[in-house]
Amino acid sequence: MSATYAEAIRQALAEELERDPNVFLIGEDIGESGGVFGATKGLWERFGPDRLLDTPISEEAVVGAAVGASLIGGRPVVEIMFGDFAALAMDMIVNQAAKIHYMTGGQLCAPLVVRMVTGTAGATAAQHSQSLEAWFVHTPGLKVAVPSTPEDAYVLLKEAIEDPDPVIFFEHKMLYSKRSYVPLATSESSSSSFGTGRIRREGSDVTIVSYLKTLDDALQAAGQLELEGISCEVFDPRTLVPFDRDGLASSLAKTGRLVIAHEAPVRAGVGAEIAAIAAAECFDLLTAPIARVGGLNTPVPYAPEMEHFTLPDADRIASTVRSVLEPREPLSASNHKEV
Amino acid sequence: MNAPTEPAPATLAEALGYYTQMVLIRRFEERAAQLRALGLVPGFLHPYIGQEAVAVGVCSALEAQDVLTSTHRGHGHMLARGADPSRMYAELFARVDGCNKAKGGSLHMIDKTLGFLGANGIVGGGIPLAAGAALQLKRQKSSAVAVSFFGDGATNEGSFHETLNLASLWRLPVLFVCENNLYGEFTRQDRHQTITDIADRASSYAMKGVVVDGNDVFAMREAALQATEQARHGGGPTLIEAKTYRHKGHFEGDMARYRPKDEVEAWMRRDPIILITEEITQKLGGSASDIEEAKAKVETQLDDAIAWAKERPHPLPEDALDDVFANSYEGAALL
Ligand SMILES: Cc1ncc(C[n+]2csc(CCOP(=O)(O)OP(=O)(O)O)c2C)c(N)n1
Ligand SMILES: [Mg+2]
Repeated sequence: MSATYAEAIRQALAEELERDPNVFLIGEDIGESGGVFGATKGLWERFGPDRLLDTPISEEAVVGAAVGASLIGGRPVVEIMFGDFAALAMDMIVNQAAKIHYMTGGQLCAPLVVRMVTGTAGATAAQHSQSLEAWFVHTPGLKVAVPSTPEDAYVLLKEAIEDPDPVIFFEHKMLYSKRSYVPLATSESSSSSFGTGRIRREGSDVTIVSYLKTLDDALQAAGQLELEGISCEVFDPRTLVPFDRDGLASSLAKTGRLVIAHEAPVRAGVGAEIAAIAAAECFDLLTAPIARVGGLNTPVPYAPEMEHFTLPDADRIASTVRSVLEPREPLSASNHKEV
Repeated sequence: MNAPTEPAPATLAEALGYYTQMVLIRRFEERAAQLRALGLVPGFLHPYIGQEAVAVGVCSALEAQDVLTSTHRGHGHMLARGADPSRMYAELFARVDGCNKAKGGSLHMIDKTLGFLGANGIVGGGIPLAAGAALQLKRQKSSAVAVSFFGDGATNEGSFHETLNLASLWRLPVLFVCENNLYGEFTRQDRHQTITDIADRASSYAMKGVVVDGNDVFAMREAALQATEQARHGGGPTLIEAKTYRHKGHFEGDMARYRPKDEVEAWMRRDPIILITEEITQKLGGSASDIEEAKAKVETQLDDAIAWAKERPHPLPEDALDDVFANSYEGAALL
């Protein structure tokens, strides 16, 4: 079917609600009103208030209740309307959901999905625009999905709901209206998408790793750079935990150069982890320093001019790629002090 | 739970002062919505229209050194505290002379000189901050109080309950002003909590809780005067529940179809501006021309504010790097 990202999410939710009576959706204004971003529109009419639970504004209790239900057979899917509000539920995510399987020696598990609306929608300012995926990637016990296309939103969400572990599922605000073809699952389609990246564009000079909305910027940058004779390969990891190390290595075997682009601030962002993986595991493949492009290390400002300045776009990705391709001086007397 | 005693009668001049402030808030919001439709406001707006009597009544009871925290629906609180609408419009338009230098927008507006510690994008976020400010006032042996405005929806956050307990335990000089406008976003109060009177929650924390007609500016003022009196003399916090209603949707652009028509109509008949107008003209001897004069004054003030704000320059993109820290170690902390 042809679907927007939001429709693809809705389709996945509907199929899972249909498939498993233990699946239920829980969150603020997700039911009768269909969600602030409309992702659950129409599901309340179809599945009713027992399967779509509108909650008070109580993030910790809501996520905590979802974790609790998941311990004894529930399959809750929580919506956090703006990922920024996850800060109010961090104890339940980090100290409870992420740890429970491990702490109990595998006796309990917390198979919940937390759908988190992420990124800026333009002038949404400091408390409604953040990209917080690194917090969750840094917490052992959580899986993290970052779909960039309607197809991935659909496929990854279905897998996330069926997964036995807690999954943090990021949805970028600016992607909700993005439309493409989404092949619906058949009973045979069972190969896992978690941990398998996709090459979104083939190229030979440099690999750009990107995800969520920034992936579109990376593809646009690759298009611009092609006109300059620079061939970019764009790699979409699709999930950050697990991360497709082999996919990254095979791409680097072709290109030898790596740029990582994401909307989150660069400092200690996911790009740092990917760069470290490449440096440690693909050192011999690399022919240039690794570069990262992302949000500046500032909160997200309100004014569009400033917001634009702090966040990555196709131009900034393109100039980062160019900088990686610049010929570098060979080690010589000029870079070494005379002894 | 004690209802406040009969409000002391206001003079005509006082009442006209409250009226002017309420109309200022109403018109500020109506014009902000128009300006947003024209593309001048890039971000969200949560209009305060319908709740003006709460902000104006409470702020009329405050002293200059008192401090306040607010919510996503904060323009009314800030204007009632005396903020300059020019700087507020400049902020909404994302200009450098805005009250937050274009870094915050509607959700984060502040005026430090007025002790207004800010609107807040996080529901319940301002409640602990007010208690903390009250703690600091107490430590300084000040007679000032802190006021926190928040909605019915916010009373389901842990921050509300944790803070009420703490403030009661430490007898902090703070007023918790809950504006119960019957809805948290699209969800009616009876679908988000089992109580009707949020003031009841005070008793769990051995705190005084009062229910007030939030559309009656005089009743709000009286309740706030009693609560500040208590707080200033070491009597601890009060939870004031103001029963009110927002006339428009949750945010600009929300058509609010989730509200029954008769409910909206009943509340529109109790528009706080209608109520105070009646008070002025029927009980306090004010004339129609007093009212018209006040309205005209507001309109001119807003015309000037908007004209000024429109002419303010946009920020430079790299201004984004300022203010991340008070001391950035010459930018090292930004790397
Ligand atoms: C922690 C948090 N959760 C959710 C939201 C989204 N949100 C913004 S306003 C609002 C409703 C608040 O209702 P209430 O406290 O009654 O205030 P009102 O809007 O009625 O003034 C919600 C859910 C938020 N901003 N912060
Ligand atoms: Mg409310």
